[in-house]
Amino acid sequence: MKYVDEFRDPQAARHLLADIAEAAADQPPRKFMEVCGGHTHAIYRHGIEALLPTSIELIHGPGCPVCVIPMGRVDDAIAVARAEGVTMCCFGDMLRVPGGESTLLEAKARGADVRVVYSPLDALALAERLPDRQVVFLAVGFETTAPSTAVTLLQARERGIENFSVFCNHVTIVPPLKAILDSPGLDLDGFLGPGHVSTVIGTRPYRFVPEQYGRPLVTAGFEPVDILQAVLMLLRQLSEGRCAVENQYRRVVSGDGNDRALALLREVFVVRPHFEWRGLGFIAQSALAVAPEFAPWDAELRFEVPGVRVADPKACQCGEVLKGALRPWECKVFGTACTPETPIGTCMVSSEGACAAYYNYGRYSSRSRIPVSASN
Amino acid sequence: MCVGIPAQVVELGSSGPHTAIVDVEGAQREVNTVMVDDEGLAVGEWVLLHVGFAMSKIDAAEAAETLAFMRELGSVYDEEIEAFSRDLP
Repeated sequence: MKYVDEFRDPQAARHLLADIAEAAADQPPRKFMEVCGGHTHAIYRHGIEALLPTSIELIHGPGCPVCVIPMGRVDDAIAVARAEGVTMCCFGDMLRVPGGESTLLEAKARGADVRVVYSPLDALALAERLPDRQVVFLAVGFETTAPSTAVTLLQARERGIENFSVFCNHVTIVPPLKAILDSPGLDLDGFLGPGHVSTVIGTRPYRFVPEQYGRPLVTAGFEPVDILQAVLMLLRQLSEGRCAVENQYRRVVSGDGNDRALALLREVFVVRPHFEWRGLGFIAQSALAVAPEFAPWDAELRFEVPGVRVADPKACQCGEVLKGALRPWECKVFGTACTPETPIGTCMVSSEGACAAYYNYGRYSSRSRIPVSASN
Repeated sequence: MCVGIPAQVVELGSSGPHTAIVDVEGAQREVNTVMVDDEGLAVGEWVLLHVGFAMSKIDAAEAAETLAFMRELGSVYDEEIEAFSRDLP
């Protein structure tokens, strides 16, 4: 347990690990999926897997919004960015996400005006400052991020800013969870629910997980002790024969979510009939589009968007990694052809992607099967 | 990218309703508070900040815990601070 000493609360972590060992001893091996990329990053960063009993395995799910963007949508964004007079604004972690032919960063190098912003409101401010440009905000993210885009669209309409639009790729957390639970050969005993996404939607939308699929779910914070406590709560539910949604992260997440944020989503977006997820394929009602009332600010209507589906590279196994069927280091190109500097797959791009997190911190995991020297 | 960062409210209504100046590790910028204003927000209080929006109120102890934890997170923290401190491109 040499790394426990590095936790800020080693005492609490030791107690939790002892309780986890005791709870795990009475039950068969368990596989828990953490849905959120923030959890994945923290788990690798702190070597949490190595501290858990070997009968407990953590599987990394599809909860990184950058990792699930399909290549065709990246190509669409690049096509918009290359259009005459367009300034494309995006979050920094979208720059290196590979499309079918290139990345936004490469498009920028070839002359497209691509700029990194901190907030969608910065993109709107840029539109006001550059009245002769068409400023497009490349919106990605789960329910945590979508309300911010909603506020920005409301402000654009209110202030009559006509040279601004949103290329919307917002996704929702429940449909991919359902898709994973419906996938054949499902081998999961429970879920660590996302932390900050749940500040918006609350814990109620997860009820279908225990009620329809018989798996417990515990929403968890991001600190090592949060994650350990959530694992313990899952183990206790299983050993006591209970199956429910529980909230480890009460100090931040409420059961009801944020009414104002949810109202903003309903006002500004409509649910898409289907949306493609990298590696998971098309999932019904899993993404948001700009509502017809905001059509003048919808980049998909304003610009020519190719909308061509691009198959993932054959060598890339991000889909299997996102479903938890494959561990990052089991992918054929992990750490060789695919690295954070030259990613083939999206899981290697974002620091919250399972592959990038493992590449950077995998040396802390006692279960790594390959020597990871690459992070030095 | 879904991890919020704790920020302390420095000034309310900096550019009209639902705006505030917040401080993150000594850096300051204006953010939108529409999603927490229903709960009432006061100068000195803490919020979890995500892409320029206050997502929820947190208490000072939680803010300190989360900041200490995020510093340990390395790249995720660096990216958030860098992004927060970024001027209009």
